[in-house]
Amino acid sequence: MTDESENPEMETHVQPSSLAGIASAAEAKKAPGSSALGVGLEARNIHAWFGDKLALRDVSLDFWAGTVTALIGPSGCGKSTFIRTLNRMHEFIPTAAMAGEVLLNGTDIYAPGVDVTQIRLKVGMVFQKPNPFPSMTIAENVLAGLKLANLKVENKDDLLQECLERAGLWNEVKDRLNAHGGSLSGGQQQRLCIARSLAVRPQVLLMDEPCSALDPGSTLKVEETISHLSSSMTIIIVTHNMQQAARVSDYTAFFLSDGGPGELVEVGHTNEIFSRPKDTRTENYVTGRFG
Amino acid sequence: MSSVQVSERPALPEKRQLTTKPRFSDKVFRGVVTGGGLSSLLILGMIFIFLLYQGFSILHSQGLHFITTSDWNAAVDDNNVPIPSQSHFGIAAMLIGTLVCATIAVAIAVPISVFTALFLTFYAPSSVKKIMVTLVDLMAAFPSILYGLWGFFVLMPSAVYWAKLLNKFFGWIPFFSMQAPVFDRSPFVAGVVLSIMIIPIVTSIAREIFGQTPLDRIQAAYALGSTRWGMIRAVAFPYARSGIVGGAMLGLGRAMGETVAVYTVLNIVYQINWHVLLGAGGNVASMILMKFGEATPLEIKALMAAGLILFLVTLIVNSLADVIVSKSGKSGR
Repeated sequence: MTDESENPEMETHVQPSSLAGIASAAEAKKAPGSSALGVGLEARNIHAWFGDKLALRDVSLDFWAGTVTALIGPSGCGKSTFIRTLNRMHEFIPTAAMAGEVLLNGTDIYAPGVDVTQIRLKVGMVFQKPNPFPSMTIAENVLAGLKLANLKVENKDDLLQECLERAGLWNEVKDRLNAHGGSLSGGQQQRLCIARSLAVRPQVLLMDEPCSALDPGSTLKVEETISHLSSSMTIIIVTHNMQQAARVSDYTAFFLSDGGPGELVEVGHTNEIFSRPKDTRTENYVTGRFG
Repeated sequence: MSSVQVSERPALPEKRQLTTKPRFSDKVFRGVVTGGGLSSLLILGMIFIFLLYQGFSILHSQGLHFITTSDWNAAVDDNNVPIPSQSHFGIAAMLIGTLVCATIAVAIAVPISVFTALFLTFYAPSSVKKIMVTLVDLMAAFPSILYGLWGFFVLMPSAVYWAKLLNKFFGWIPFFSMQAPVFDRSPFVAGVVLSIMIIPIVTSIAREIFGQTPLDRIQAAYALGSTRWGMIRAVAFPYARSGIVGGAMLGLGRAMGETVAVYTVLNIVYQINWHVLLGAGGNVASMILMKFGEATPLEIKALMAAGLILFLVTLIVNSLADVIVSKSGKSGR
């Protein structure tokens, strides 16, 4: 249940120049000027505990609407813990506690009187392991969020198609929408989970290592999906794969733990983090000297 | 490579038999567990043979009447010697009574148990959970006569009140209609007592299975903005459905076999009665208990035959349950 389970084979040792090259190519596609849409989500002085153990210390980050932010760092640095504080999934762990604020549209999602289900409708999440509901068909899976949250839509079929198209899955499943979700391949299941989170129209999508259980081909498809989605929403992705961070993200935040709680070391434009990091620890990590 | 033609390829080899040489310790352990597994089967088989041996002559002489009629008449002459030719045994009322009481018990117990299990799994704080799990498990260990006495002295007066309400508002349903205002010691009361007795086992099974609901699915539901109830409906119920059916059937089996508690609160009458609120019911196990003390040797054989039938009916019900569980599918798992 704790945040990290690794697949270290994806963390290859790459020269910084090549990563920066990927990153600048990615940025050329979409200039960071799209942050003109405003701040999508603001984390202020986030601390997180498991029992008495401080797992995350004082992280403040702004996430701009219409951009992708990658959270990178070695195992146990608190990035998954951090992302789970952003939609209040952190509190499902029995002894978990937190301090700080997360502002969505200027309102603290931890404020007293906030309906947590409303928060999770606006801040969706895709998990490391694809987790479609096995008792439901593909179509039911996509629309599950509506049922779970008692939302009404006028045309379910349109929404179904739209979500599957945005998740890049429509062409593969349009002829078998009534098949069970479990009959899809792992990569398709993960895109089904993405489509499922899109159906409730979140402003922010959190992705916790969404490709770590997928093969390279499926990973590529999910990354294409992320690129398509990023123009219309705020995406925050935890990844162990630095090439992936370089490929899909506009901004990158580097987390590190020196044995104690995880902390945010540095955040910046992705190409800067990979080419001219300000902190030597970031440089050591992105150049593959540790981690 | 290319010079090899398909037609020249050698025939497929024989499939090899895959064996392993078992280690001595493994052989010993295998013997121990096999013995354990077989012994329960052996005991069950011996009981079955005993009942069949004892009851066969009655089943043979009475034929199908044994389960289709409801007279129970052990004729004796002046010297108290049984007269087989004039004796008549039929347990139809008892069999139907058994099923009626057990069905009432399951109908009451399953919803309560499922709600209890949901509360314990998804709502209760861990301190409350610990205490309640212990208490519910303790309930399963209570002697059934205590349930019977409590049912007789405490529950029956209130159950009679509920029965009157049921009769007043649902009397138009044939099961709840009454020919005479006798609400005491009815199948309904027996069913309520039985339901309390099977709640622990059904709760315990439902709690186990709800507790195994995969965490990633629970989180998936919550991450979609689901309420807790929405998560339970979409994730926990589909996952636990077949297990709950299995638990209910185990409870049904227990309710069908329960003897003393039913004997305490049920008025046993040799007439088929579908009116569950009326103070006249039947129960195979309780009838055996009631008759056993003063039974003639012939009557004892008839009681054994009744036991055999109960044994078989329970077996059939449990097999049906297995079919239902496998039919209701693993789709949610």
